[in-house]
Amino acid sequence: MFDLTDTISAISTPPGEGGIGIVRVSGPASISIAKKIFTTPKGESLNGVESHKLIHGYIKDPDTRKNIDEVLLTVMHSPKSFTGEDVVEISCHGGTLPLNKILSLTINNGARLAEPGEFTKKAFLNGRLNLLQAEAVIDIIKSKSDTALESAMNQLQGGLAEKITSIRSILINILAEIEADIDFPEEDIEFTPLSSPPLQGGARGGITLQKNLESALTEIGQLVDSYRYGKVYREGVSVVIAGRPNVGKSSLMNALLNEERAIVTSIPGTTRDTIEEGLNINGLTIKIVDTAGIRKSEGFVEQEGIKRTQKAIEGAGLIIFLLDGSEGLREEDKDLIKEIKQKNKPIIIAINKIDVENKNSSEWAGHPSGGWVGEFLKISALKNIGLNELRSKIFDIIYNGHCKTPEGIFITRERHRELLSKSQDSLNKAINAINQNLSSEFIAADLRLSLDSLGEITGETYSEDVLNRIFQEFCIGK
Amino acid sequence: MYNNTKEYDVIVVGAGHAGCEAALAASRMGCETLIITMNLDNIALMSCNPAIGGVAKGHLVREIDALGGEMAKCIDKTGIQFRVLNTSKGHAVQAYRAQADKQLYRWEMKAVLEREKGLDIKQGIVEGLLIEDGKAVGVKTNTGILYRSRGVILTTGTFLKGLIHIGLINFPAGRAGEFSAEKLSDNLKDLGFEVGRLKTGTPPRLDAKTINFSGLTRQSGDDNPRPFSYSTEKITQRQIPCYLTYTNMETHRIIMENLDRSPLYCGVIKGIGPRYCPSIEDKVKRFPEKERHQVFLEPEGYETTEYYTNGVSTSLPIDVQLKFLRTIKGLEKVEIMRPGYAIEYDFIPPTQLMPTLETKLIKNLYLAGQINGTSGYEEAAAQGLMVGINAGLSTQGKEPLILDRSEAYIGVLIDDLITKGTEEPYRMFTSRAEYRLVLRQDNADLRLKEKGYRVGLVREEEFVRFVNKREGIKREIYRLNKTILKPNAHINKILESMGTNILNEPVTLLELLRRPEITYNKLIQLETIPKSQFLNPDIIEQVEIQVKYEGYINRELEKIGRFKRLEGKRMPQGIDFKNIPGLSTEVKEKLSKIKPVSIGQASRISGVTPSAISILIVYLEQLKRKVTPKSIGRDS
Repeated sequence: MFDLTDTISAISTPPGEGGIGIVRVSGPASISIAKKIFTTPKGESLNGVESHKLIHGYIKDPDTRKNIDEVLLTVMHSPKSFTGEDVVEISCHGGTLPLNKILSLTINNGARLAEPGEFTKKAFLNGRLNLLQAEAVIDIIKSKSDTALESAMNQLQGGLAEKITSIRSILINILAEIEADIDFPEEDIEFTPLSSPPLQGGARGGITLQKNLESALTEIGQLVDSYRYGKVYREGVSVVIAGRPNVGKSSLMNALLNEERAIVTSIPGTTRDTIEEGLNINGLTIKIVDTAGIRKSEGFVEQEGIKRTQKAIEGAGLIIFLLDGSEGLREEDKDLIKEIKQKNKPIIIAINKIDVENKNSSEWAGHPSGGWVGEFLKISALKNIGLNELRSKIFDIIYNGHCKTPEGIFITRERHRELLSKSQDSLNKAINAINQNLSSEFIAADLRLSLDSLGEITGETYSEDVLNRIFQEFCIGK
Repeated sequence: MYNNTKEYDVIVVGAGHAGCEAALAASRMGCETLIITMNLDNIALMSCNPAIGGVAKGHLVREIDALGGEMAKCIDKTGIQFRVLNTSKGHAVQAYRAQADKQLYRWEMKAVLEREKGLDIKQGIVEGLLIEDGKAVGVKTNTGILYRSRGVILTTGTFLKGLIHIGLINFPAGRAGEFSAEKLSDNLKDLGFEVGRLKTGTPPRLDAKTINFSGLTRQSGDDNPRPFSYSTEKITQRQIPCYLTYTNMETHRIIMENLDRSPLYCGVIKGIGPRYCPSIEDKVKRFPEKERHQVFLEPEGYETTEYYTNGVSTSLPIDVQLKFLRTIKGLEKVEIMRPGYAIEYDFIPPTQLMPTLETKLIKNLYLAGQINGTSGYEEAAAQGLMVGINAGLSTQGKEPLILDRSEAYIGVLIDDLITKGTEEPYRMFTSRAEYRLVLRQDNADLRLKEKGYRVGLVREEEFVRFVNKREGIKREIYRLNKTILKPNAHINKILESMGTNILNEPVTLLELLRRPEITYNKLIQLETIPKSQFLNPDIIEQVEIQVKYEGYINRELEKIGRFKRLEGKRMPQGIDFKNIPGLSTEVKEKLSKIKPVSIGQASRISGVTPSAISILIVYLEQLKRKVTPKSIGRDS
């Protein structure tokens, strides 16, 4: 539950790739947070800094000491700020990456992600907005929450909701065992101390609990780590079109974008650099990348282009490997696909130019040398044939998450990352408590905190669930 | 109709564990008080198990004592076996439990009531309330007497339309052998209250002459019985043991074969029973893989042969009860003195109450105990004490005493009841308390004694003793923090012998005490303190806990700080939740029903979302400014 004395932080410019983005931090700790992550070129301190004055400097990560972005920072002292509290505004380069990184830094250093409409709410509660404006505050809270917090579970992608539910239920089971042991000492429940091996005959507690705890911890850890992959999702999965020169990669990109973006000629090697464009397929943002065709070449510029192509393939979430249907399968194609397959990424094989002349079509169906072609799509970028099928194939693969974490589940929102890592911290403390042989009430205390954090994601409390679990599992009744 | 001429401040209906505490509290606070009950011989009767305390329940008893209630003192005088539970599990969940001599307990409590000046005790059956201008102003009895008062407390237990089931036979009764109260719940319904129905049960009582105790596991109490009450010096009476035996597959077979004669499984019983206290037929049916269930044989007193069979609560017919009991080791030739039975009774869903346990519908009417859907003597007594205090404060024109979830299990209990209601008879568990590490039984006095003193229930000399203890703890922690121990060969040798790391640089005693392997008593071996200056064990215990668990406790205190800020945002009286813009219909309905007194309480109503809370906070601020227009649109 939010607290008015918390220091909150959020990106306050609209999402998208604007030129400038602003991260706003408000609350009693905002200036001390800024001190930790901001430095001026001369290394001056923010102590005694003038209110409402732009200061030029850098945001650095205090852990890695790396500079994140060059920024302008403004401190606004309470009460002369929008919210009436100490406020720090950081204007950085627009684009999701620096903004999110700076937001994460403020949170890792003591702020909490703002709830929808919370800045405005603080402004009103601190007397910075008048009564008429209060109506608007309510509207903001209402409209923003409709799309954010309210149906928390519905907002999560299918896999993630299931994943969190399953972690939660592991934790509830563990907590239920500990709580049963605490609340019903006179019942016929065999329970071994958490740090000792299990008794024979299915006694509870002991190593089994600890193992479950560790597996929950691993799963939460994976989710926290998946934020990196989730980044891909926020910024668009990179779909790379690859193939040997002149199979029609740029034509395909243009066809997908419906515009002349890449230069299209029939001279092999025209595209010497990688070209990126944003594309929206059924509401899914992807980043489509046209690459220079890969072939053995002497030209320096092309060499450079090929290097970039290889880099693009490394960073790809999905590769469209394009073949030329008018020319048939070449040795070069086979070499290339072998190379690309080693990257272990999802691949769509598309045979282009099927409108021209279909050479040797039996050759595609299954190659005698191992049938590597497998499933493929037949398209014509120029004549707009098969492109809808291609789009829906791209959508399927990305939406079903085949191109993310091993399990295809990842988190995309800073709020989720924040809460999951809190939950993770608490679990680590619980394991420490077990290792130090602390009594179960302390282990339970850490587990409860961990569940509190998960509950903030799913909007669920656990107390009744734990009791239900106890009565389901144990025959209580002295 | 006869009008009793005396006017009371408070009338308490019912003299069970809730009623007794309520009447004593009100009377001790100076109210002219009447307690009226159906049968004066059954005051403070333990209708079910002859025991007080247990995990969480024991915490409640300690809190009752700290506030100046009677239950702890009474069990200390009449307990026949005392035990501390969970001794290996840490301070927050340790708890006291005692077997009671059931008759001595009720005699003692009756004597305490009778000694109380200004407390009238009368026998009678209350059939209706006197209501004037939406206020409770008295009661009328079945014999046509009207008693007038400024407030009424109902503690009716299982008596409202009580219906006892033994097999497929059922009959009205408030307890075995007693009348039920047939009219009062209709009266409450007519006044506009929602009435619900619950079920509970009790096991058979057996004749010790027919039990073969040899070969059963004997369970003795602790060697050094610890009293419940902070005022009791020592438990001196004789302790007697309980015995443990088990059901077996034959027992279970007989039960399963006769389920067609169980009112529970034939759909005769409609009320909902407690999951934590299932009948033996429930246990056998729900956990068929369990080969045996525990049966505790507990004496009901020194001078009786009646034994309570804890673990086999049942509503099966008497012949089946006897048959399954006789399959149990030690009970082969047993005779039943009183059969087990189930009882259904009316209750008033407690979401109709305010935090004082006064009804929202009728002013000066308070409810406590099983009528609010709880189970257990301790839960009842806790509520009884609080309504007694608050009815008393109300007649004195003072602010009510409301304990919140961070202050006491009593606060958790009442907040759960009025905010969430209950589907089954509600029992306290420590897992219900989110601030469990702070709500320990050892510090109930530190949490509550001053409040008890302020309302006038804790006697002066008790309070002085408490203040000395509190100061002693503070002083000792201060001293430990100021005393620096410098490393030398002598000290390090002692430390080594204690199995802890030696010192390389000076440390405070406080830091040393934080080491898990260093107890307070080990710590003072490092000093030269004369024996005469040794502190009393109560102080040592607190010092140890407060120092060793400081990290966890501080974390909890921080959570409590946040909690308190939301609790501190009070909802003005008479707020119309239906008119708050921006809230969903569902949220509006829930708020209108519960009428939360604070933002904090509102946030605990299920279905009230975080954004609804934000909207409420903004709305409250709007209201506040409309009343006191100031600082509108202050400009920078």
